[in-house]
Amino acid sequence: MSKPSDLVQGTLDMLILKILALEPLNGWAISQRLKQISSEVLGVSDGSLYPALYKLEQRGWIRAQWKASENNRRAKFYSLTRLGRKQLEKETANWNRVSAAISGIVQLEEA
Amino acid sequence: MDIERWLYSLPLRLRSFFRPNQVDQEMKGELREHLEQQISENIRKGMSLEEARRSAVLTIGGIAQIEQQCRDARGGRVLQDFVQDLRYGCRQLRRSPGFSALTVLCLTLGIGANAAVFSWLEGILFRPYPAVAHQERLFAVAGTVQGKRIDGLSWPDFLDLRQDCTLCEDAFVTSITGSTLNIGDHAEVTTGSVVSANYFDALGVHPILGRGFEPGEDVGNGSHPVVVMSYQMWRDRFKGDSQIIGKTQRLNNVQHKIIGVAPQGFYGTFVGRAIQFWVPASMAETFRGGGYKLEDRGARWIESYVRLKPGVSRAQAQQQISAMAARLQTSYPATNRGRGIGIWPLWQTPFNHARTMGPTLEVMVVVVTFVLLIACANVSNLLLVRCFVRRHEMGVRLAIGASRGRLLKQLLTEGLILSALGTAGGFFMAYGCRHLLVMLLPEGRTMYLPGAIDGRVMTMSAGICLLVTLIIGLVPALQTRHLDLAGQLKAESGGVVGVRSRGWIRSGLVIFQVCLSFILLVGAALLLESLQKIRTTSPGFSTTRVAVTGVSLVAAGYDVSRAKTFQNELSDRLIGLPSVESIAFARVTPLGYTGYSSTPIAIDSYQPSRNEQPEVEYNQVSPNYFATLAIPLFSGREFTRSDDENAPLVAIVNRTMVERYWRGQDPIGRRLQVKGRWARVVGVAADSKYESMGETPKPFFYVPLRQDFDPEPDLYIRTTQPLQSTLASVLREVHTLDPNLALYETITLHEQVDRASSPQLLAVTLVSALGGLALLLAAVGLYGVMSYAVAQSTRELGLRMALGAGAADLLRLVMSRGLRLTAGGILFGTVAALALTRLLGQLLYNVSPHDPLVFGSALAVMATTAISACLLPAWRASRTDPARVLRA
Repeated sequence: MSKPSDLVQGTLDMLILKILALEPLNGWAISQRLKQISSEVLGVSDGSLYPALYKLEQRGWIRAQWKASENNRRAKFYSLTRLGRKQLEKETANWNRVSAAISGIVQLEEA
Repeated sequence: MDIERWLYSLPLRLRSFFRPNQVDQEMKGELREHLEQQISENIRKGMSLEEARRSAVLTIGGIAQIEQQCRDARGGRVLQDFVQDLRYGCRQLRRSPGFSALTVLCLTLGIGANAAVFSWLEGILFRPYPAVAHQERLFAVAGTVQGKRIDGLSWPDFLDLRQDCTLCEDAFVTSITGSTLNIGDHAEVTTGSVVSANYFDALGVHPILGRGFEPGEDVGNGSHPVVVMSYQMWRDRFKGDSQIIGKTQRLNNVQHKIIGVAPQGFYGTFVGRAIQFWVPASMAETFRGGGYKLEDRGARWIESYVRLKPGVSRAQAQQQISAMAARLQTSYPATNRGRGIGIWPLWQTPFNHARTMGPTLEVMVVVVTFVLLIACANVSNLLLVRCFVRRHEMGVRLAIGASRGRLLKQLLTEGLILSALGTAGGFFMAYGCRHLLVMLLPEGRTMYLPGAIDGRVMTMSAGICLLVTLIIGLVPALQTRHLDLAGQLKAESGGVVGVRSRGWIRSGLVIFQVCLSFILLVGAALLLESLQKIRTTSPGFSTTRVAVTGVSLVAAGYDVSRAKTFQNELSDRLIGLPSVESIAFARVTPLGYTGYSSTPIAIDSYQPSRNEQPEVEYNQVSPNYFATLAIPLFSGREFTRSDDENAPLVAIVNRTMVERYWRGQDPIGRRLQVKGRWARVVGVAADSKYESMGETPKPFFYVPLRQDFDPEPDLYIRTTQPLQSTLASVLREVHTLDPNLALYETITLHEQVDRASSPQLLAVTLVSALGGLALLLAAVGLYGVMSYAVAQSTRELGLRMALGAGAADLLRLVMSRGLRLTAGGILFGTVAALALTRLLGQLLYNVSPHDPLVFGSALAVMATTAISACLLPAWRASRTDPARVLRA
């Protein structure tokens, strides 16, 4: 039950935003989508998903609404806000820049 | 961007604060939903129900922790924490009631003193007229002579001002007066104002019954005998008669028609008095005597105010008014030469008690700030001690995961509870002190100087409360920075008396306290010394066995010739009384509220320089004035009965006038021009005090009352018997002559001198009281620090004793540390006091603000207090039992 490291935490936020950018989902669905996408490499436990969702909601990046789910039970659906979309763009750009730099370094041929 | 974010998050925050349970339920529901989804997923994979449930719980992790993390991630946490801290803080305070009571008491005294002084400032200087709107735009207007001396305005000057001042929204007149008021069979003296007809309109005060004055009611001589009375008078004297409008009331022997009743809470516009009635300026002669003045540009009898238009500054208005006054000088040189018109903000009003109270209150602001700081230092010290006691608790809280920020919040919240309680107590204190000033003044009972607790005072106090919170909360918070987790959980380690280590904050606070209270002590001692000087300075006339009173001739409708006859007859009758040694009349009483007249003078042998227009104050006195007041005559003679209106004009000059205008040569028989007429000098009198006890000798002269008549002079009686018995016979004689006459308030010249030193007396009383309080607080602080240091270092003390130190050595050790702190405080205090005592300025009389004797005595008091404060802890240290301490 350790907290995800800072790097993973930041990545988790970005992944959630990215997933929600495609369609509004409830918590369970987000966790399933996360597992599919990351093939459990990132090791995001379901436990750390919900605090992250609450934090994103607090920052105004996502918004929660109670709706009926597929099996007709009331569930909380999260969707991306305008602010969230902007944040996602920013983080994606940032990520691309950092990962390009890092992979550049990692791929340096050892002399 | 940020606004948009708040748009999303604020409703969430509010919701989680106000509906925490609902939010929590929703969150739990969401997690349960997730769990159930996981269970059904597991079952689909082929697990049994039991297995599916266990596996699901394992996957998701500890539900309780997730819930807590979610709560942390949500907003509203700050407020919830605050409420939690508040509860916890209150519990802490209840647990140590002694500590809490002491800190709250300290803060109540500190904050209360501030609130009280602010309420006085507000009620007396800044917003003295509570029922009047926009007081910040009201300015007092008065005449100036050669740019300095304050005089009244004349009615024609006022009319010109009102007409020509385009920057003024309005201008109105108010001139304080008294009246004997007969209701039923008893007479009372009341305070009233002679005002311009626009008075109530200009102030925006609307009578609750009837009306205010109408334009034109201030024109003419005695033409409009109408009166508006105060709410208080209507309620108390007329029992709230709702049919009062249109009835008549005799005021100063003239029937006045009652046309209005002022609203409750309106006390007129004179700081220091609650005005009971208002009459229009056309009735001025009835109330003030001395002839018809509304067309006399030389009669400067009115006090007035202007209300500036919004956005106009005092400087702009002053510029316009000065230009106007300059035009008046050229148009009317006979009456207006050398005269200007000045405007002052209400708190500097030159003609009411704002002027006498101002300097005292200014000093009080500094003094109460010091008291507040000392109180804060004390409370900080107490909190530090407790912080040390609680460091174990703090350590544990840090160890189980509280952040330092959270601890800081907790400490600040506790500080807030204390300062809020102190502020609440302070409010009660300020409320109780509203009327304290009048109680401290010798003439107080007749005065009205209320403190006002309004929104501004409350805001100020709330600000102080927050400031105090920061001060007293941050000092212990600073200390928690040093909190070393491992160290705190280990056993207590012994401190050492001589070592400074972490005690420096506490020592610094003590030095600070000693420094501030030393400054206050010096201030109090200077004021005391100065009051002593004033009390022992001779006013230049005898104050023993002389009573001052007056006979209400103007009110009884006496004209000049009847008044003259009456004065002669009364003199003859009184002098025949066995208990009366001598009597005299004079227009102005020395050191009184009424100012002296001044006149341009000319002297044969004196050639004034180009820009000099010699002008000297004078008094009109009857025969025997100098004998009755025991003012010595150096040469020449007193006025006699034969110096009357038919005789050649004569004058008596004082010593300083002889020095200045006759270069010390005997002026007897020389000529002196007074108001354009020549008089002969017949005597030289000693200098005395004329307007205040603090003044330096100035030129002054006297003319016979008969040659410059006033129908209602003051009466001086030198008696051989106690005052009361004599007064009864004086009143009998007055009534024998005319039963309709009444005597004004009778006081002795001694009381008159006391009243003249009342600002100093007030300052001394207040500063000494607060200085004493500061000293006590500082002593408590010093005692606390030393006791604590001793209690913390028993091991070291025991060790020293075991190694051969005697009780006397330990006593010396502790005393020397306490006295080192005191010496440091006194050192800083001396430097600061040398710079600050100049602020006392006008309140000091004949005392240098750097008087070494005063500093010496303050030092002695401080040192004595410090020694007594350290003695008990030092004695306790010397009684350390080495065997017991070292075994422990």
